[in-house]
Amino acid sequence: MTAALGKDLVGLEELSAEQLQLILDTAEPFKEVSERQIKKVPALRGKTIVNLFFEASTRTRISFEFAEKRLSADTVNVASSGSSVSKGETLVDTARNLEAMRIDMVVIRHGASGAAQFLGRRIRSNVINAGDGKHEHPTQGLLDMLTLRDKFGRIRGLKVAICGDILHSRVARSNIWGLLKLGAEVAVCGPASLLPRNVSELGVTVLPRIEDAIQWADALNVLRLQLERMQGGFLPSLREYNRVFGVTTERLARAPKDLVILHPGPMNRGVEIDSDVADGPHSVILPQVTNGVAVRMAVLYLLAGGKPDLAVRAGRGEER
Amino acid sequence: MPDRTILLDDRALGRTLARMATEIVERARGTDDLVLVGVQRRGVELADRLKRLIDQAEGGDVAVGKLDITLYRDDLQTIGPRPVVGETRLPDLEGTTVVIVDDVLYTGRTVRAALDECADFGRPRRILLCVLIDRGGRELPIQADIVGTTATAAPGDRVDVLVSELDGRDAVELVRQSGPAEAAR
Repeated sequence: MTAALGKDLVGLEELSAEQLQLILDTAEPFKEVSERQIKKVPALRGKTIVNLFFEASTRTRISFEFAEKRLSADTVNVASSGSSVSKGETLVDTARNLEAMRIDMVVIRHGASGAAQFLGRRIRSNVINAGDGKHEHPTQGLLDMLTLRDKFGRIRGLKVAICGDILHSRVARSNIWGLLKLGAEVAVCGPASLLPRNVSELGVTVLPRIEDAIQWADALNVLRLQLERMQGGFLPSLREYNRVFGVTTERLARAPKDLVILHPGPMNRGVEIDSDVADGPHSVILPQVTNGVAVRMAVLYLLAGGKPDLAVRAGRGEER
Repeated sequence: MPDRTILLDDRALGRTLARMATEIVERARGTDDLVLVGVQRRGVELADRLKRLIDQAEGGDVAVGKLDITLYRDDLQTIGPRPVVGETRLPDLEGTTVVIVDDVLYTGRTVRAALDECADFGRPRRILLCVLIDRGGRELPIQADIVGTTATAAPGDRVDVLVSELDGRDAVELVRQSGPAEAAR
């Protein structure tokens, strides 16, 4: 029996290894669609998707929008500023009003952890989490895994160090859960003030020094220092952070092997990552962006399914 | 137990493919600008074999592509959890003579989807349809140009095309579901 996804994609924590594998495998053929002259397939023709973004986003919103359009869905973008949200409408009221206009899916980014799940339980449409507070950013985790699998040919047994601001990072959480389920080893590395308490309970190793992470890992996922979430005096200064935790050419030169460098963007060049590294031969930062569209197409395609009782027929791919 | 009838054994299938290869070249009036496009899954293997046969006979190097029609299916909204999507690799089809190669021609819906997908890769000068077996039962006005063999199969029956690359042996078999008499036994 093939694995299927449920109604919503809230996080990678709830998915099985088979479901993760299904999404990554489904993303493969979607890469080719974006290479065509006519970058469009009719798979989601007639579906209406609302991109509901309560937080700023460029990459993720555009990536979802490309994915939706390349699948022939009709899309509407709603940002919190300039909508009724700024008049104090609640999340559920906003979504119910959208649903009353007969939509099929909602892609939501929200500052509150758990917003996607909250919404998914209250509306009939499929809900896809595009980042909720400090909880998860599942499609980012998936595109990171797809990029690692492209580069290494496998995920099982890979050593991935996630570096930087783990505390505020939904990207870190999605990566940790996803990678562990697919058999990778995961370490986190960052200043103690930016590591969640008891982070090792998630099943990861804590490496206190960036030099240790560089010695240990096959790939570094360098997180963005979330300056907008940093009013609490987590760091003495950005220069200090770069001096102690920055991923620099000099530090990488001392690694026993060439490390693959990931970054979810947007980068603070010269803070968590040096420009030479970001633009260097081992950086897969732009392939990550390309894979993002394919992964999101796969998720949209898989979630937009119809009646489960007909699944067997579909899975067999019987002659017709 | 379902009842299996062999329609083509491995040697008959070999002869059939050889004849189809000749017919393709005749119908396409040579191999210039010819592209064989195999429909996933078994059509891909059949297209590769036809290419080898044509290359041997004509001494050329005929272009082949593969095409997965899943994303163009007309029943995607109703079939529930998603069928696995296979690989599509097509060259630019502008001005070419495309031969769509599939194993079984049944309702014609796969071919309709394949025609739509081909149109997204350029404007072929001409498109021909080549199938190993036509089992009848069309739901759309579609005919094949080159047919390996024909069979009359009831809606509940299945036609299995087996190729050694995937199935370990070559054969075409008709699988009839057990009738009421047999079920009573």
